[in-house]
Amino acid sequence: MTLDIDLITSMGPELLRAAGVTLSTWLCGALAALVLGFVVAVARRYGPSFLNPILRAYVELMRGTPFLIQLFLLYYGGPFVGISLDPIPAGLLGLSVYGAAYFSEIFRAGFEAVPRGHIEAGECLGLSRTQIVVRIMLPEMTMLILPAGVNMMIIMLKETAVLSFITVPELTFKISQIGSANYAFVESLFLLACIYWGLVELCSHLGYLAESKVRKYGLSHA
Amino acid sequence: MSLHIFSMMLQASGWTISLSAISILLGLVLSTVISAAMLAKNRAVSFAGRAFVSFFRGAPLLVQLLLIYNLLPVLGLNVPSVVAAIIGLTLCTAAYQAENLRGGFMSVPKGLLEAADMLGMTHFQQFWRIRAPIALRATLPALANEAILILKASSLVSVVGVVELSRMAQDLASSTFQPLPLFATAGFLYLVINSGVALAAQKLEQSFRWGVKV
Repeated sequence: MTLDIDLITSMGPELLRAAGVTLSTWLCGALAALVLGFVVAVARRYGPSFLNPILRAYVELMRGTPFLIQLFLLYYGGPFVGISLDPIPAGLLGLSVYGAAYFSEIFRAGFEAVPRGHIEAGECLGLSRTQIVVRIMLPEMTMLILPAGVNMMIIMLKETAVLSFITVPELTFKISQIGSANYAFVESLFLLACIYWGLVELCSHLGYLAESKVRKYGLSHA
Repeated sequence: MSLHIFSMMLQASGWTISLSAISILLGLVLSTVISAAMLAKNRAVSFAGRAFVSFFRGAPLLVQLLLIYNLLPVLGLNVPSVVAAIIGLTLCTAAYQAENLRGGFMSVPKGLLEAADMLGMTHFQQFWRIRAPIALRATLPALANEAILILKASSLVSVVGVVELSRMAQDLASSTFQPLPLFATAGFLYLVINSGVALAAQKLEQSFRWGVKV
């Protein structure tokens, strides 16, 4: 069992493109999930009361069923209800709707950790609800939700591998294709595992860096 | 959807449940060893434990499963795909459970161990009578969480050819051209199983709340 370097160099451009797909689906999907999750968390806290059970059901559904099944439902079942998407948009949509459920729970925990007194003080000073959320709650909970948020980013990076099931041409899809074309499964998959590992380590390192920056500049009182 | 198809789905969810249950239990045993290794004073041993956890948490389970499935025959081990799937799930969940257990073991108050020393308990007794029960109780919610994650992650073992719930839904969807009801049913079955696990964990946690406050 030897790693054929020529194989990797000859596939270089294709691999780079696949890595680009992995990175962009991850970053776009995670960013969309972050924003959507924030909206869901705010809507559950400040929105009309009939929204709360609906959003709760959404969160429980997303957390209680495998991502793969959600993706299959969207990609293969979607056309039957008029949603025909190409693999990449379907993957992005699935990833962000799935991640948003988890992010909304992270934001909800953060909102609940902000001391009531601070919010009341903001109200007394005549701050609007938006100002209270943006100026008081978000800065105060940043320190608390950062580790959980980074964790979720890592989980989403690894979930992008599942997109290979619906033929999104990302790293796992491309590398297993190359592996089966050349009968070099073990080498290519080992390389693949190492690439993901490197990306995850990088992500968690950036997370630590962000944490120490936040602590240094006193964004939070936690 | 006919009754026949639904019973096939139920049968497949039996596979999902048994695969996950076996992996969780084996993973629990393995993770005890790994968390002990991570907490060991010997540098090399603790490094090995940490490297294991770092790798199996750092690579996607899908990639690990493909790697293990293709690696075993190269090493001369021709095992059925079910075994490869169980090995993959076990190694992955062991890494996560080891981290949880490490936190649990570290939360055991020093005073209790000193008291046990005074009473002349051996290390083995201390482990089984004091450290393990306290650590287990502290990590039970996290372990229940992990059980649910593995139940969902078991949908990925379809990639090595095990016909569990997801694969069954996929196969039936492509033969009946009805992906929507089939995948929705699969999702519903996962939801039912996971709700059951969550409920059981809650009950177990309540029965674990015996006398002593830690």
